[in-house]
Amino acid sequence: MAKKQTVSFTLNGTQVDVVVEPRELLIHSLREKLQHTGPHIGCETSHCGACTVDIDGMSVKSCTVLTVQCQDAEVLTIEGFEQGGELHALQEGFTQEHGLQCGYCTPGMITRAYRLLKENPSPSEEEIRYWMAGNLCRCTGYQNIVKAVQYAANKLSSASA
Amino acid sequence: MAASTDMLEREATLQGLGTSRLRKEDARFIRGKGTYIDDIKLPGMLFGAMVRSPYAHARIKSINKDKALAVPGVVAVLVADDLKPVKLDWMPTLGSDVQAVLADEKVCFQLQEVAMVIATDRYAASDGADMVEVDYEELPVLVDPHKAMDADAPIIREDIADKDEVGHGKRTHPNHIFTWEAGDKDATDSVFANAEVTVKEEILNPRVHPCPMETCGCVASFDKVTGQLTVYITSQAPHLVRTVVAMLSGIPESKIRIIGGDIGGGFGNKVPIYPGYVVAIVASIVTGVPIKWIESRIDNISTTGFARDYHGIGELAADKDGRIKALRFTALADHGAFNSHVSATKLPAGLFSICTGSYDIPTAYCRVDAVYTNKAPGGVAYRCSLRVTEAVYLIERMMDVLAQKLSIDKAEIRRRNFVNADKFPYSTSLGWTLDSGDYHTALEKVLQAVDYEGLRKEQAEKRAKGELMGIGLCTFTEIVGAGPTKVCDILGIGLFDSCDIRVNPTGSAIARLGTMSQGQGHATTYAQIIATELGLSSEEIQIEEGDTDKAPYGAGTWGSRSTPVAGAAAAMAARKIRAKAQAIAAHLLEVGEGDLEWEIDRFNVKGNPAQSKTMKEIALAAHTGDLPDGMEQGLDATEYYDPPNMTFPFGAYVCVVDIDRFTGETKVRRFYALDDCGTRINPMIIEGQIHGGLTEAFAVAFGQAIPFDENGNHLGNSLMDYFLPTAVETPHWETDHTVTPSPHHPIGAKGVAESPHVGGIPCFSNAVVDAFAHLGVTHMDMPHTAFRVWQQCKALGINTR
Repeated sequence: MAKKQTVSFTLNGTQVDVVVEPRELLIHSLREKLQHTGPHIGCETSHCGACTVDIDGMSVKSCTVLTVQCQDAEVLTIEGFEQGGELHALQEGFTQEHGLQCGYCTPGMITRAYRLLKENPSPSEEEIRYWMAGNLCRCTGYQNIVKAVQYAANKLSSASA
Repeated sequence: MAASTDMLEREATLQGLGTSRLRKEDARFIRGKGTYIDDIKLPGMLFGAMVRSPYAHARIKSINKDKALAVPGVVAVLVADDLKPVKLDWMPTLGSDVQAVLADEKVCFQLQEVAMVIATDRYAASDGADMVEVDYEELPVLVDPHKAMDADAPIIREDIADKDEVGHGKRTHPNHIFTWEAGDKDATDSVFANAEVTVKEEILNPRVHPCPMETCGCVASFDKVTGQLTVYITSQAPHLVRTVVAMLSGIPESKIRIIGGDIGGGFGNKVPIYPGYVVAIVASIVTGVPIKWIESRIDNISTTGFARDYHGIGELAADKDGRIKALRFTALADHGAFNSHVSATKLPAGLFSICTGSYDIPTAYCRVDAVYTNKAPGGVAYRCSLRVTEAVYLIERMMDVLAQKLSIDKAEIRRRNFVNADKFPYSTSLGWTLDSGDYHTALEKVLQAVDYEGLRKEQAEKRAKGELMGIGLCTFTEIVGAGPTKVCDILGIGLFDSCDIRVNPTGSAIARLGTMSQGQGHATTYAQIIATELGLSSEEIQIEEGDTDKAPYGAGTWGSRSTPVAGAAAAMAARKIRAKAQAIAAHLLEVGEGDLEWEIDRFNVKGNPAQSKTMKEIALAAHTGDLPDGMEQGLDATEYYDPPNMTFPFGAYVCVVDIDRFTGETKVRRFYALDDCGTRINPMIIEGQIHGGLTEAFAVAFGQAIPFDENGNHLGNSLMDYFLPTAVETPHWETDHTVTPSPHHPIGAKGVAESPHVGGIPCFSNAVVDAFAHLGVTHMDMPHTAFRVWQQCKALGINTR
């Protein structure tokens, strides 16, 4: 067993330190050491997107990144979306548009959609479907997920207008 | 009298039946605060990792644990011999067979469970699993079910080789599981012999997997001091799990608590009891600490709960006008190495005999022969009730085959054979009583919505230009809501369901049910049923399921049984409460019970509505001493509901596809789905269920299959190979409905979530085959991948410019 290392990064705005073996995956550190069980494990092969988090302004599947790669990084997970008791527009959109059923893919979906709207604040349906293609859902058939993202896009753009 | 504004407001406040109430479940899920199985963390918990067989059929000569035990963090290694002292080395299946919990002397399918390594964390457990040394001697492998009963076929199950039955009648070969039949064979044969027209087609439902986003897993925690076993588990049927664990372990059922928690999708995958659960329980009993076992995605697709693998032959006999005179369907069912097919005891082929569909077919016969092969065990119902997709696929494909044979339009052939609306309840020739339906209305509504005539005209023009356009129809009838205990039981337990409602003094309530949501939104919809029945706001009705210490006994959520069975129990329990409330209201208002009438949320004195008692007032009164003579306090009721019949949702779907004959790619241009699920509880949730079911149908029709090579090796068991549609491939869905209530259900509801899967798959296939119909093609097996469709184009010589 390789020597354990301390890794420090910012998790939803808070500085955290975690002691890990070099081989430890970020998803396991988040879920088991840092009590952030919002991101889920669906495949461990980076296909399903249930473990999606945002690292330094990019969507990352945390089942295929090592925790030691996250030194000094800014990590955002689903737990960081609600601010001051106020839901993020995406969280609101997913509820209002019935964009979730079992809820397992939802944290990854919302986190991925967050990055989409940062890069493209008013995406077309086709662009939403393309951007969300790395996140699988078995329940909704995506139609209401598209609507949820559009809901959030509208809300965010009217707020900034 | 028109409803007053006040009444409309009171009605709206309830957010009851028929409203698109937003889901109560969402609050935790959108915050990442769900509690799924891998989120459970108990003090001192150890992790289990499974050692699995690389071979599909091999004798285990020896297992050496030494190197694994030397791995840092490894606490124990369990093999079959370690399970024998506690008699948990074999377990009963839900299909009346037995299954090795850990492989005992030999392995019968690739990735079969051989040992479990218990360690302090998942990395150490995985390291340990790599170090368990198993010495195998390979045996001849049986992959093709058609060869299973050959004289020289390898015998897969030596443990039962000398048994002439495994729960479902006489066996004729060591690899034979059962032969089941329904209907009148002689009469059917005779109609076929004298028919004006007959058609026959071999039709495969390939082996697929429900593949929910969350894999299976559990945390088993045995308290050595109290003898209490608590198991957190991904189960669609927690009470059945409790009973099976009690039967298996000898632990009193009262000391076993099964907790469902949040479940990340099930779709049938989470109905059976899997070896991983049992080994984790044993490991906790042995070590005295909690044990977590979580399946990997590859293990999930490879070993737990596959579906279908039905190799069917469909035959119809008809007159020259296309009126069906007889149906003869048979299927060879590949159940894998153990018969852990989920079925009711008396129905080894499930509800396959619903295969007469929506049609008035006077004579019918069907038969299913099930066999063992060296593949993973199972045969779960993937988003359908037991073997219903297989049955509906056969009849809906055969309707098209018959239409083509007679050059009758595919909508017209259905019209000519539908059970007429005035014939319900209608008894089918295979023994079911369809509760209600209006098939003609549904079909005509859909044909009009999509301009069917216009589509056929466009298709003719495209065909003239050599282009491929297909129009698929499907007018299915489902059978859900298992079910009446006189026909449906599992391991002797009747498939009733239950609801326990307690109304609090301040007029809020809690209801507990025997079902288990996996995303269906039960916390929202059950509350709506109760809200309308009791006149209390659904916002103040708490729903709980899945904890066997709290909920009354029920058979869980699968086969669209929640609304038909537990939903009925909820309404009936609420009605018991309302009856008591009426007696209390009469007492308080000093009138006879018969002088009262119910209005939304209160009892009014007839002719004097100013004199009334609201349900909230009655709830408080029920907890005082001011009650009718002899009445106990409280406002609670429990209902165990044994449905008098199954329910029969139906629908009419149209799919339009355009196929590129040079690449074989199919584009779904349009999909229009009309569903009739009887009374609609929450339209928003219904639409969501239909979107999801259609998407899973799309997955099955266009890509899902679990292939094997001749040695029984999996050729596609990760999400790289196994098709789960993304947002890009998934078509846009158009939905519609009619409402034909079930006459025997308390609120007329039938269940809906599986209809789109069951009806969607044949609709897609019918569209693809229809694109080639003018070229003489009558059937193409799924999945309709670009390569396979291109092969069809190539065979027809239309793939070149």
